[in-house]
Amino acid sequence: MRAFIPKSESELAGIIADAEAPLRIQGGGTRPFGRPVNGTRLSTSGLSGISLYEPGALTMVAGAGTPLAEIETALDAEGQRLAFEPMDHRGLLGSSGTPTIGGVIAANISGPRRIQVGAARDHLLGVRFVDGMGRAIKNGGRVMKNVTGYDLVKLMAGSFGTLGVLTEVSLKVLPKSRATGVLLLEGLEDMRAIEALSMALSSPYEVTGAAHVQKGLDGDPVTMIRIEGFEDSVAYRAGQLQKLLAGFGDFTVETDPVKTTAGWQWVRDVAPFHGRVGDVWRLSVKPGDAPGIMAGLPGTEALYDWGGGLIWVLSSENSPLSAGDITRAMAGNAGHATLIRGEASNGAFPRLSPAIAMLHAGLRQQFDPRQILNPGLMEPAA
Amino acid sequence: MVIFYYQSLLRGFQQRNCGAGIDKGALMEMPIPDPEIFSRKPELIAKLQQVMPKDAIISETSETRAYECDALTAYKCVPLAVVLPRSTQEVSDALRICHQMGVPVVPRGAGTSLAGGALPTADSVILGVARLNDVLETDYDNRFIRVQSGRTNLSVTGAVEENGFFYAPDPSSQLACAIAGNIAMNSGGAHCLKYGVTTNNLMGVTMVLMDGTITEIGGPYLDAEGLDLLGLICGSEGQLGVVTEATLRILRSPEGARPVLIGFDSNEVAGACVSDIIKAGVLPVAIEFMDRPCIRATEAFAHAGYPDCEALLIIEVEGSAAEIDEQLEIILEIARRHDPVELRESASPEESAKIWLGRKSAFGAMGQINDYMCLDGTIPVSQLPFVLKRIGEMSRQYGLDVGNVFHAGDGNMHPLILYDANKPGDLELCEAFGADILRLCVEVGGCLTGEHGVGVEKRDLMMDQYAADDLDIQMAVKDVFDREWLLNPAKVFPLVSSESRRI
Repeated sequence: MRAFIPKSESELAGIIADAEAPLRIQGGGTRPFGRPVNGTRLSTSGLSGISLYEPGALTMVAGAGTPLAEIETALDAEGQRLAFEPMDHRGLLGSSGTPTIGGVIAANISGPRRIQVGAARDHLLGVRFVDGMGRAIKNGGRVMKNVTGYDLVKLMAGSFGTLGVLTEVSLKVLPKSRATGVLLLEGLEDMRAIEALSMALSSPYEVTGAAHVQKGLDGDPVTMIRIEGFEDSVAYRAGQLQKLLAGFGDFTVETDPVKTTAGWQWVRDVAPFHGRVGDVWRLSVKPGDAPGIMAGLPGTEALYDWGGGLIWVLSSENSPLSAGDITRAMAGNAGHATLIRGEASNGAFPRLSPAIAMLHAGLRQQFDPRQILNPGLMEPAA
Repeated sequence: MVIFYYQSLLRGFQQRNCGAGIDKGALMEMPIPDPEIFSRKPELIAKLQQVMPKDAIISETSETRAYECDALTAYKCVPLAVVLPRSTQEVSDALRICHQMGVPVVPRGAGTSLAGGALPTADSVILGVARLNDVLETDYDNRFIRVQSGRTNLSVTGAVEENGFFYAPDPSSQLACAIAGNIAMNSGGAHCLKYGVTTNNLMGVTMVLMDGTITEIGGPYLDAEGLDLLGLICGSEGQLGVVTEATLRILRSPEGARPVLIGFDSNEVAGACVSDIIKAGVLPVAIEFMDRPCIRATEAFAHAGYPDCEALLIIEVEGSAAEIDEQLEIILEIARRHDPVELRESASPEESAKIWLGRKSAFGAMGQINDYMCLDGTIPVSQLPFVLKRIGEMSRQYGLDVGNVFHAGDGNMHPLILYDANKPGDLELCEAFGADILRLCVEVGGCLTGEHGVGVEKRDLMMDQYAADDLDIQMAVKDVFDREWLLNPAKVFPLVSSESRRI
């Protein structure tokens, strides 16, 4: 099938202005969730490259189609990183391709560190995009503090290409930590594990990762707490946390950089669910509600991140998890759920209240009046 | 056009007539009030009285005058009426009535805006949230607090500090300013470098649309569903809806904090030092910068014992005593490489207080010397040495002194231009100088306002930063939330740009 691969923002603007049928916007194509879009593929891969990187200003500007790996390599050379730790969906979704920074931003993809440093959208300083009428628009800039006009930067993050096609993003980057410590404990029940994570996150010890995996590598539940910083500080805080959490059991501390990195990539990418059959849902909830919600989903398996605030749910092999099942389990609890892997032809995103749905429709009408940009992708799961 | 902005900051500026339409002599143009609305005032008041207690409605001019301006006191206009609802339902009822009658509404938090965000028009109703000030829910396990939006910023921290928690955004007006206004302006503060601004700490809101519809967005969980309306609302200057309740992230307080003072004999070297510290992987909680005019003024005023040097950094780090030592060791090692003329570590809480004393007295100290004008632009941190050098050159060119004191870590500058209001011509020079500085901020990749907001003050400068399409799509967002443009309509966008939508 024919595809559009513009090499410049103005070429992209021309393509959208001239488009007479829906376009399927694609970064690296590694995150195929949401309702499938029928349309001509429009790839941002031609809008690639880092145009500005100032380590001393903690700022990077790059084309939307820039491979994430290229960005991470450049940052690594200066001892910096994307602090929001974007997840790689390829293992979970069985997709191939090259993740791009535009895709990360369009889907507002964050990882375990989100709980301390914020989401992708919190590290986005500015955007350039082309709207559904083919107009090139800029918003925000490349400075940390900016309240000049409406914050469309946040709006574009997580809009999945339904309001415009990103062409360039400005990012706040942060220094890498010199040392990492991970506290580990096996065997906790969900409820106890979430209590332990809450206690750690409510301490002054700056926890940057708090996860509980129901079935760890050896099949037993494992609770993981991460701290990062300078060597002495990490050692001090690890010790303090061990004391604080002694009532839950004896947490061990892992500081081997290879192992700690691999361990948190395993959580970030939801590796325990890779290669297994079943639907996968992603729930964002109040951490303390998480075990109760899971109790309402018998036969499923969970990986809790963000201290319990993020639940990855895998259905059993032979019984798919419907939107109705999830809604029943979440009834009376704040939060929302998205179908990440499974039959999505009837939609995959959370259902919105009528008033909010009307605002969504109104914004789409303004940004893309012909409804040609990823139409229907964010439809609620039926 | 840019002169409007500077004029607005002048002390004792003559009050402008707002009731009879555009005063040709006024520098701040506002839309012509609708005479039809004046004639229907009794009907409006009667309708409002049906949905809220009498003491929630103020309609006598002698009393509404208290709401004629915010902290941008140069511009004043007595509103048609003021409503002070006590519940989300009353906010909804008031908005629905104003919507039905086509009456503009100007939302108001605590009225501390420096940009005129809460400036009324003569035909508008002020909707103040001051009576909505309760804490609704505090949850330490899940680390959030839910408050009514009229609650002051500092009293949010006040509600949780006994348990060792705090709310991070800390604008300098935090004693008085309301969370509603913080959300409207996306307020920052001294701790932004580490903890972010309001938008990074806001989890959910209850917001009432202009037609009275009550909406819930987000809540005590991360990343609200659907499009990021929360991010859109934060910083929309009360033009999209009235926030009545907010769910805010609270954090556990650090074990301790300690500052260090470093003096340099050039701004460029101080700027390079900031950059090197950040590159080294240390993220201090604050990096404050003062230049020589400011240092001398504060020293004469507050006697903090500052060295007489070209540039001064105050850097504060947090953690346990050992963690603080570890971070300061790295910072001091970097500072020594830049040949500091002074390096002062604090060894006690008293010494820490003394290091901060001068910085905290800086604005007052500058005011002792002369009249001054405070700007609010942001620049990329890497441009700091260049921008300071250019400001110095311009200062000589204009013959006016400038003091620079700001948060160096995030590039948000507050140059203070000194002038003599009684000296003929000084004012015009000052205005031209200020305009040049803001243009410079935009030229080097920065922006017009880092934390004060646009309001009416910088409305007409928006075209210096944004192209017509960039502004049009922002205004199209307002069309969605408030089709008739009744909510705070004369703010943020140049009147000429928004005119076709407001009529």
